[in-house]
Amino acid sequence: MRGGTAMARMISIQAEPFDVSAETAALTGGRADIGAVVAFTGLCRDEGGRLAALELEHYPGMAEAEIDRIAEQAEKRWPLLGLTVIHRFGRISPGEEIVLVLAASAHRLVAFEAASFMMDYLKTQAPFWKREHLKDGTTGAWVEAKEADDHAMARWA
Amino acid sequence: MKLVYFAWVRERVGKTDEDVEVPEGIGTVVDLVRWLKSRGDEYEYAFENEGVVRAAIDHVHAKPEASIAGAREIAFFPPMTGG
Repeated sequence: MRGGTAMARMISIQAEPFDVSAETAALTGGRADIGAVVAFTGLCRDEGGRLAALELEHYPGMAEAEIDRIAEQAEKRWPLLGLTVIHRFGRISPGEEIVLVLAASAHRLVAFEAASFMMDYLKTQAPFWKREHLKDGTTGAWVEAKEADDHAMARWA
Repeated sequence: MKLVYFAWVRERVGKTDEDVEVPEGIGTVVDLVRWLKSRGDEYEYAFENEGVVRAAIDHVHAKPEASIAGAREIAFFPPMTGG
């Protein structure tokens, strides 16, 4: 639930695009206790013109549950006032958004750290898989998990 | 018990999900993987490197040594690449 002074958590797994301004307004609307909102938006790259689209497969049911668990960890770790996570699935074209994290707090450091934590965990723990569709019309490979993402997550342990 | 597969694990197994009767003595995720591998080449291929494929029990990440007793749904999938 939005409003009041409670921690506002919103998680959405959706095919549709999202609007960062609208989501930010929904998070901060009617509240005067939030002093900082950090927004991270992940976009689909064209990989130097090679890519026609990314296809995102997800595990319905677990995706929501896992992101909820990650959000709960973030809320335990930092004094957050709001957290919004939107993760898209389906076919996404270069330039389109894939993921949104909004972290709201009284002060900026908490919001920066929580947003970074959320993204590091989302990348390695949320059940989504990317596959490439190439400009030449062929279906490319499944994107391989990066060791750098595991290292990024490990720094929070 | 329902098994579900995602991404290239799904493609290698050749199905999105299936209901299986797990024999007595299959107690953990790794036991289940080894039993599946005995069922055909498609499973052998999907689980050829046992350390790579991840598992979840009833929507929660599970380690290879996790017990599968009482599980309703077990999922197998590659390392995640979302975000």
